[in-house]
Amino acid sequence: MQFSFTAEQEEFRSVLRRFLEEKSPPSVVRRMMETEGGWDRGVWRGLNETLGLSAVHIPEAYGGQGFGPVELGIVLEEMGRALLCAPYFASTVLAATAIMNGATEAQKRDLLPDIASGETVATLACTEPNGRWDAAGVGMTATPVGSGFRLDGVKSFVLDGHTADLIVVLARRPGSAGLEGLSLFTVPGDASGLTRRALTVLDPTRKLARLEFGGVAATLLGEEGAAAGPFARTMVLAAIGLANEMVGGADKLRQSALDYANLRVQFGRAIASFQSMKHKQADMLVDVELAKSAAYAAASAAADGDAEVAALASLAKAAASEAYLQTAIHTIQIHGGIGFTWDNDTHLWFKRAKSSEVFLGDAAYHREQMMRAWNE
Amino acid sequence: MSEASETSVRAEVRAWLEANWDPDLGLVAWRNRLIDSGWGVPSWPKAWFGRELPMALEMAVEEEMQRVGAVGVAKTGIRRLAAATLLVHGSDAQKERFLRRSLTGEDTWCQLFSEPGSGSDLAGAMTRAEFKGNRWVINGQKVWTTSAHHADWGLLLARTDWDKPKHQGLSYFVLDIHQPGVTVQPLRQMNGHASFNQVFFTDAEVPPENLVGEVGRGWAVATTTLMHERRGADGISRWGRASDGKGRVYDEERAETATVMEPYKWYPQRAGRVDLVVQRARETGRFEDPVVRQEIAKLLCLSKSAEWTARRARAAQMQGRPQGPEGSLGKLISSHVARAAARVHTLISGADAMLSGADGAMGGVIAEIFVSVPAGSIAGGTDEIQRNIISERVLGMPKEPRTDNDRPFRDVPKNLVV
Repeated sequence: MQFSFTAEQEEFRSVLRRFLEEKSPPSVVRRMMETEGGWDRGVWRGLNETLGLSAVHIPEAYGGQGFGPVELGIVLEEMGRALLCAPYFASTVLAATAIMNGATEAQKRDLLPDIASGETVATLACTEPNGRWDAAGVGMTATPVGSGFRLDGVKSFVLDGHTADLIVVLARRPGSAGLEGLSLFTVPGDASGLTRRALTVLDPTRKLARLEFGGVAATLLGEEGAAAGPFARTMVLAAIGLANEMVGGADKLRQSALDYANLRVQFGRAIASFQSMKHKQADMLVDVELAKSAAYAAASAAADGDAEVAALASLAKAAASEAYLQTAIHTIQIHGGIGFTWDNDTHLWFKRAKSSEVFLGDAAYHREQMMRAWNE
Repeated sequence: MSEASETSVRAEVRAWLEANWDPDLGLVAWRNRLIDSGWGVPSWPKAWFGRELPMALEMAVEEEMQRVGAVGVAKTGIRRLAAATLLVHGSDAQKERFLRRSLTGEDTWCQLFSEPGSGSDLAGAMTRAEFKGNRWVINGQKVWTTSAHHADWGLLLARTDWDKPKHQGLSYFVLDIHQPGVTVQPLRQMNGHASFNQVFFTDAEVPPENLVGEVGRGWAVATTTLMHERRGADGISRWGRASDGKGRVYDEERAETATVMEPYKWYPQRAGRVDLVVQRARETGRFEDPVVRQEIAKLLCLSKSAEWTARRARAAQMQGRPQGPEGSLGKLISSHVARAAARVHTLISGADAMLSGADGAMGGVIAEIFVSVPAGSIAGGTDEIQRNIISERVLGMPKEPRTDNDRPFRDVPKNLVV
């Protein structure tokens, strides 16, 4: 396992940090979050033309950059820090990974290059109104019709589902249950019979949609009935990616709280000189560094093809869920009254911490996943 | 000289061990041979038994020694801190006299810093050192002294000037424990063990050549010792463990380890025994309880993250990079792990958590966790002091205003009751 970043990775991180500080300051985040789509195609194009970010972990054979989970983790950590409003997690992390894991060779060659370039924005629709993140919770049916399939049912909590050009859908053979009969499909965003509705979200920097499929014609991705494995592997990498994104946001909050404590004067001295503040900051550093260690270890395990990667992914997600929200709570507290105002930026990250806490499964869910992966 | 590569260093150690390692030697004779070769403490200066190799290569040397089962220099206990401190601050005569015998294990050490009236505030030490005739004369009391009952020498922090501010009136000495003016009494702890001692000085004597550094500069020397002590608390340093190999050197090492490590035998329990949690949950039939599973998982999350954080710090150190914040957090994190582990052990044990000794779970081991964990967040710098250090040195936050630094120590308020 890799416990430090290489000089090249550190350099990549610092280039990225500067780039995102410039492209995604809080003023831009605030502008994007007020739109229904939540992101801007021009900005998205710029992001990918300059640094090729949407291609980072896609193999070179499919138009990607061919880096691994560690570099993907770095990108996400910096995006989480900057609270970038873009369909990155949906398209590159979820959809591209699902295609890489589940599609046929010809489909990968067909679909991945446009996702890698950012030309196509894709997403993964797996969760349904029951809010379950595991494949067994899927109820949507895929009925064979001629040479294709027809999808019926409802997907919910679909990241950027109302704006994506291409939707990868997890559905099941009618009458199947559990992990049997599951397949992945692709559906164009504007498919006939598909009704998309943006959900009103708590975290406006991360848009979710509800998608109703009424006999939507779909193309099978990969092998029929064999999607349980590819989907599980996709969710493992997604959990690792999200954990890395979350520790970036947590670290940003921690730093902002420290900066504020150093500036704010009460009782004739900077509040940073009070032991109660210093101890809180020390605890915040511990929380964030522990969660970082877990996120980095999980990304490294994924890069190594470690047999424990599923357990470590869940560990990292559980750790990040608690650390990010706790850091956000402390950050508001340290800011005092100003921290509860709309004008102060803290709530933007607080809301991301809250949505990320449950997105892809909350801490309790992932702790149980970890225990099963390790002990059964 | 070209920089030594890992490959060439490994080859060199291997060749040297092939020619020199002999398990039938006496322990001291073997260690003297190892010390003379420079492979005993390869990161030390060449003038003092070392080879000036970077830390990363020292690990490689250790691995090569472990491969053939070669015994290393004496590293356990306070002698590690004594050697590290004297290497930095000692005079040549002191290094000559003490370093080799500490590395061979012939001399054993204890640390005489804490007092009943000064724990976290070590610089408030009131043990008095006065120069009378041609000798330093020591009067006062130290406490929490591990292994004083079988130490030869003590690292003593004592006050030599009461008119200077507290940090500037301290001096650092090497004190001979075997003298009439020194009385060592065991101190019984809440877990029933007596790993520590109280040490009383009544006109104990220290010759002038055993002053370490200058008069009034003892705080800087003590800081070096403390830094090495905290470095040992990050959770990945190995406890002294003797090999079960055959040969005279192994027999003697086992005897040494048994003596030196005796006071530390409850330390694994102090750290919480995370290693026992899953086994205990299975044995007690609690493993399928979803609440228990959640709590175990929280603990494993924490302890694995703690281990990885320590590894990040070590990786940075081995690459010669400045450590990030992760390097200063180990001691505080290990307290969190220990407390969390004690909670989970309680949850698993249920009513059995009320019993100890032969009636207790695992013959009393689990009970010993409960009554030992409170020590971890106190010894070697309390959690509160660790948080001060992290906030001031890592995060650069301002110190709290203080009232004890700008006036003669004799005017500083002191404990009325200790």
